[in-house]
Amino acid sequence: MRLKQLSVFLENTPGHLEKVCKVLAEAGINLQTITIAETKDYGIVRAIADNPEKAADTLKDNGFFAKLVEVLAVEVDDKPGALADILKYAAEVGLNIEYMYAMTRPMNGRPVMVMSFKDIDAAEKIFG
Amino acid sequence: MVQNWNDKNGNFNTASAMDFLPREQLKFIQSQRLSAMVQHAYNNVSLYRNRMDAKGVKPSDIKSIDDVSKLPFTEKSDLRDTYPYGLFAVPSSEVVRLHASSGTTGKPIVVGYTEDDMEVWKTSVMRCLLMSGINRGDFVQVCYGYGLFTGGLGAHGGAENLGCTVIPASTGNTERQLMIMRDFGTTAICCTPSYFIHLIEEAPKYGIDMKSLPLRHGVFGAEPWSEQMRNYVQKNTNVVANDIYGLSEITGPGVGCECSEQNGLHILEDNYYPEIVDPDTGEVLPDGEEGELVLTTLAKRAMPILRYRTHDITSIITMPCKCGRTLRRIRRIGRRSDDMFIIRGVNVFPSQIEVALMRVEECTPNYRIILERQKELDTATVEVEVGEEHYTDSVSELDALRKKIRTSIMNIVGIKIEVKIVEPNKIPRSQGKAKRVIDNRKI
Repeated sequence: MRLKQLSVFLENTPGHLEKVCKVLAEAGINLQTITIAETKDYGIVRAIADNPEKAADTLKDNGFFAKLVEVLAVEVDDKPGALADILKYAAEVGLNIEYMYAMTRPMNGRPVMVMSFKDIDAAEKIFG
Repeated sequence: MVQNWNDKNGNFNTASAMDFLPREQLKFIQSQRLSAMVQHAYNNVSLYRNRMDAKGVKPSDIKSIDDVSKLPFTEKSDLRDTYPYGLFAVPSSEVVRLHASSGTTGKPIVVGYTEDDMEVWKTSVMRCLLMSGINRGDFVQVCYGYGLFTGGLGAHGGAENLGCTVIPASTGNTERQLMIMRDFGTTAICCTPSYFIHLIEEAPKYGIDMKSLPLRHGVFGAEPWSEQMRNYVQKNTNVVANDIYGLSEITGPGVGCECSEQNGLHILEDNYYPEIVDPDTGEVLPDGEEGELVLTTLAKRAMPILRYRTHDITSIITMPCKCGRTLRRIRRIGRRSDDMFIIRGVNVFPSQIEVALMRVEECTPNYRIILERQKELDTATVEVEVGEEHYTDSVSELDALRKKIRTSIMNIVGIKIEVKIVEPNKIPRSQGKAKRVIDNRKI
């Protein structure tokens, strides 16, 4: 399933992430999951929100730099080797995963991985 | 009248005699040299002739050193605008050496020396080394860059003229520098203060104990440094750390230096005449008041320089020095009246950074430069905002962009400066002239 992920470019300084969460909370937006890709100087916050458009607008209004990026939510069986099978298949068809992280809520009783692909259309045909 | 011809180390060299001239005699020499130099500059350099004509000043009006303030100023931009040889006052057949330094827009400025100029320069450096207690018999390791930069060959020439054993180590390769220092028995070193501190920090890694080396003298220049840095050096080594001042436009290293008192730098004012002016109005300020240092070459034939605006802020010390030298002293340079900063001995202008950023199409004109001092080393970080579409979701793409910007800066400035891509609208927008340099160093 295609999802709109919130990507926020943030400086790596204390209190910055807290402010992101605070403005979203004040706007009544619930986060389903959040992860940070960090370097020495900055981080990219990636989050799945209940209402991504409203979340992005709220952040922009508060001076943050937020973007919506399309990612794929892929259900994975809750058993050993399930993720490995998916990754093996992706490799065989030549799909490169740029990054991935887990959702905090299950879907249809199964865990969900959020995956980013360069070619999301091709990926959706296979995993969607 | 008692003259103290020897310095505190008991060393005497006839070249130092000029350091101890009675003020009246010094003034007579300065006046003679100035009037001859102005005539020479007026006759041979159209820029000076036009400027003096515009001010209504004739060479014959310059009879005494006190008349120097009647002369027009020279700016760094004049050297750039007349690039490469526009301020040369002798035919190229008389020029035996060229040097160059970075200009404000990537174009270098070129300076030239006649055979006599070279002698004056070497003697000046030699007198500075003598002031610092270095003499024949010393092993002098020169770790300034050799090449177009005046530091390496300038220090080299002076040390060699003095009769020292010169080790032309040049810059870089810390392990080799330390090995040479230990194995060759270096007793004196000439380099930037930040590089020497780097050597001190690295020495233990190579099993070298700085305090067990015969190294006793350090003559450090090409960038501003602090008493705190001196204390660090003198505490961690047996080196007496002295400050030397100079700039390519005037001659290179050797314009002035500290003596054993370590309380201000004696300017070799028989060769380079100092004035302090108000940086805004250009008005000459009396000794003791702080302002911009302006220098006039009194003994340079190839490229005489009238009243050069150094943009270095200092003051002339009015008290005579305890060492007995009659040459006036300036306080150590702590700051500048323009935005130029010095990193690892290299002059960097914000305008150079700007040109480098503009060559990278992803960059916006919103940038600033943060100067910091970490572990006694000066560091610069360029913070820049990029175009909105370039804040991608990908760490690797952002990192590649950061490296691309860094390379562009390296290509123009010649040294590696760290780059930080910052959030949009992070750089404060200003109404008038943007404040590009944030100096967090405490010098």
